[in-house]
Amino acid sequence: MLRLIKYILYDILRNRFILFYTLFLFLSTYAMFQLDSDTSKVILSMLNIVLMVVPLVSIIFTTIHFYNSYEFIEMMLAQPINRSVIFMSQYIAVSVSMSLGFFIGTGTPMLIYGIPDAGYALLLSGFMLTMVFVSMAFLASVITRDKAKAIGMALLFWFYFVLIYDALMLWIVYTFSDYPLEKPILALISANPVDLARVMLLLKLDISALMGFTGAFYRDFFGSNLGIYFAMSVLILWVVIPLWLSMRIFRKKDL
Amino acid sequence: MTVSAQLYFLIVLFSLPGVFLTSAHARIFHVYPNAKQNLQETIAMAGDGDTVYIHQGHYFSGNITVKNQLLIEGIDMPVLDGNLKDEILTIAARKVIIRGIHFKNTGRSSINDLAAIKCLDAHGIRVENCILENTFFGIYLSNTDSSVIRNNRLEAFAENEYQLGNGIHLWKCKNALIEENEIKGHRDGIYFEFVTDSQIRDNISNENMRYGLHFMFSHDDVYERNIFRKNGAGVAVMYSRRVHMYYNRFEDNWGSSSYGMLLKDISDSEVIQNQFKGNTIGIFMEGTSRTLFEKNLFAMNGWAIKLQASCDDNVLRYNNFSGNTFDISTNGSLVLNTIDSNYWDRYQGYDLDRDGVGDIPFRPVSMFSIIVERVPPAIMLWRSFLVFLLDKVEKIIPVITPENMQDQTPSMKPYDIHTRS
Amino acid sequence: MISIQEVNKNFGRLQALKNINLELVKGKSYALIGPNGSGKTTLIKCILGLVIAAKGKILIDGLSTAGKWQYREKIGYMPQIGRYPDNMKIGQIFEMAINIRKHPGQIDEELLSAFRLNDMYHKRMHTLSGGTRQKVSAALAFLFNPDILILDEPTAGLDPVSVELLKEKVIRCKEDGRLIMISSHIMSDLDDLASDIIYLYEGDLLYDNSIDTLKSETNESRLGKAISKFITQTHSIHD
Repeated sequence: MLRLIKYILYDILRNRFILFYTLFLFLSTYAMFQLDSDTSKVILSMLNIVLMVVPLVSIIFTTIHFYNSYEFIEMMLAQPINRSVIFMSQYIAVSVSMSLGFFIGTGTPMLIYGIPDAGYALLLSGFMLTMVFVSMAFLASVITRDKAKAIGMALLFWFYFVLIYDALMLWIVYTFSDYPLEKPILALISANPVDLARVMLLLKLDISALMGFTGAFYRDFFGSNLGIYFAMSVLILWVVIPLWLSMRIFRKKDL
Repeated sequence: MTVSAQLYFLIVLFSLPGVFLTSAHARIFHVYPNAKQNLQETIAMAGDGDTVYIHQGHYFSGNITVKNQLLIEGIDMPVLDGNLKDEILTIAARKVIIRGIHFKNTGRSSINDLAAIKCLDAHGIRVENCILENTFFGIYLSNTDSSVIRNNRLEAFAENEYQLGNGIHLWKCKNALIEENEIKGHRDGIYFEFVTDSQIRDNISNENMRYGLHFMFSHDDVYERNIFRKNGAGVAVMYSRRVHMYYNRFEDNWGSSSYGMLLKDISDSEVIQNQFKGNTIGIFMEGTSRTLFEKNLFAMNGWAIKLQASCDDNVLRYNNFSGNTFDISTNGSLVLNTIDSNYWDRYQGYDLDRDGVGDIPFRPVSMFSIIVERVPPAIMLWRSFLVFLLDKVEKIIPVITPENMQDQTPSMKPYDIHTRS
Repeated sequence: MISIQEVNKNFGRLQALKNINLELVKGKSYALIGPNGSGKTTLIKCILGLVIAAKGKILIDGLSTAGKWQYREKIGYMPQIGRYPDNMKIGQIFEMAINIRKHPGQIDEELLSAFRLNDMYHKRMHTLSGGTRQKVSAALAFLFNPDILILDEPTAGLDPVSVELLKEKVIRCKEDGRLIMISSHIMSDLDDLASDIIYLYEGDLLYDNSIDTLKSETNESRLGKAISKFITQTHSIHD
């Protein structure tokens, strides 16, 4: 499997798109540091990139890559190699290269200018979102045979989690504002990886405001590391479950 | 330190007879542990103008009442232990000075406000350089004018609010000076009720269960250069006029009803050069009038200021707002206060004439802060793309934010504010 | 040898393979023919496990292939369209194949040198023409001396010289006693290469016998003619 990963990785890393992505992240982060001397404000600007651009690029690139590798996967499948191994190698290679692009793109300017307070939380959120959306892209890719359909589905996933879901949540919060919503809200947030990553950042950036949320439960949840652990574990589930589902489908898929 | 079974021993130092006669009103008593005559008896015996030195040791003396004008001073921090039963010192005389004593373990009671040092109708008291440990109330002044409480360390450890009294508690006093004390773990760190013409300076009041400073019906007071950090509900200043608040620091007061500072029914006061940092709510204002907020720093708060509609004629100017989740939120649409010439880190306007003042006004109330005001759990959506869009749209077409609440002359650069001299 | 027993496969409502029974033995060379969409590629993919049969069994050397992958060590496969990671060089493709497969026996680099691929080792895959890619595919299929060779449209896109080289290679393999399966539309190629005919039509197996038998049955000496005659006959029966 390692050999397989090595070769796929080699191929992706030579892909101009990943280089472009890395460069884009690097330039925008670098520019933000240049334009603003206040590092905590840089983090706020980068937050939008991490919560929107990273999921979008991850899911679209992965979907396109999967279809471009279709024949290659076919060729591998004609070799004496287990299907699960081929699938996992693809996932690992793609997620490693996307994460590398992200870490290098956003991390290098941070190293140059000094890592801001919430810098680690930002890198962690971006990394987890990369893993989750690569995983979702694989699911979209194995569900349909048609490349255009899969890209459409991927875009829909992205749009849903970045915008539509939050609009629904705001509507729910407004409609049921007379009820105790603390725990339901946590459940709602868990059902959206972008929200989870965002909350991980809120814990660093807006903890004072979050502490205004009533109830001892939330005091403990936000005040200790519990919040981070919780968000991380649910995000890991968001990586594993779509991946596991797509692997199941892939193992029985006709190519 | 050991306490043997021996009797307490008292040494009364008589000076030469002649000297003794000439200084009849300035006798000096020394009290040691294990001495024949105990502390209680000595203090009862001493008269106006006398000095009682308490030497190092651990004293379980029960309640001691001071009825004469004494100087009671500890040598090498003697421990007066209330054995979790008694009030330790009750002072009912004027001009008593207490210095350098470690008070410990007062009783707790839901009926009596048991304290380490309680002054009743005793004016001109000084309490200095004392340590108060695990006391119910610490220093308690009732109807006691012109007192000085300086450089004491107070710490209580109980887990529940009903097991705690206030650290420095003043009721119906005038001309008090509370200075350089450190109070921790009490119900209210410093409590003022009906206290006028007094000063609270350079104190540190941290991690108290309720308020770091609880201040009611107290007019013409100054409090300055104090630090209030991580108190359950922050600082409350209520029902008072002409209160002057300078150079204080309000930090890390977290909770849904926790404030850097709560102002309720305050008028004709000043809040100048204070620092509000990392609080859930920097200042919560209700029924506040004619008060000046100038050169304060609001940083990293959940809400820098919550301005209720019941406030009027206040002026907010030359303040710095940076890194707050929300700068100002309000529950009404009427604008009765002046917000001018502040620095807002969120301001995205421009300054074409380069006079240091932004050319377009800044609206400090964001749409989302109003949504959160109505539906608090919505805070969990903060910094989402949706909220970003909503706030952008609202900026272009204001629908629910008060249109006139704006800073007409926002500063392009933060003010240089020295928050603590 | 390959034993295909009652294999069915459908894609949605389309029945791609209908109850196929076949016994393919070593030392023979099978021409898999039929019109477009008749199920040729599906059958090949079923054998390779790329497509999973809905019903029936496929045995290779007596062992079921369902859910297994090790048996593919015995198969060399040349796909209709070979596509490879764009940024890899030809040399790396072969190196990778060798690395991944960990083949214990001898490596057969005959086609590699015949097609002069060694001279192009440094060329990246995305710069190659379709024909060169076919050469890579062909060389890969023969690389590990497999007992079974499955070639899907092997001559499409190849220049005449290369076609001849490939044909010679196939014939030598047949003579070595390996099992060869070729799908093609070019009858003249098959005439030289194949000993047996498998004719699929809309998922049905219509003919499975030696070329000589077919020729004698149809009284034709050329395979192309024989087949077209056979087709007209069968279709008139069917109609």
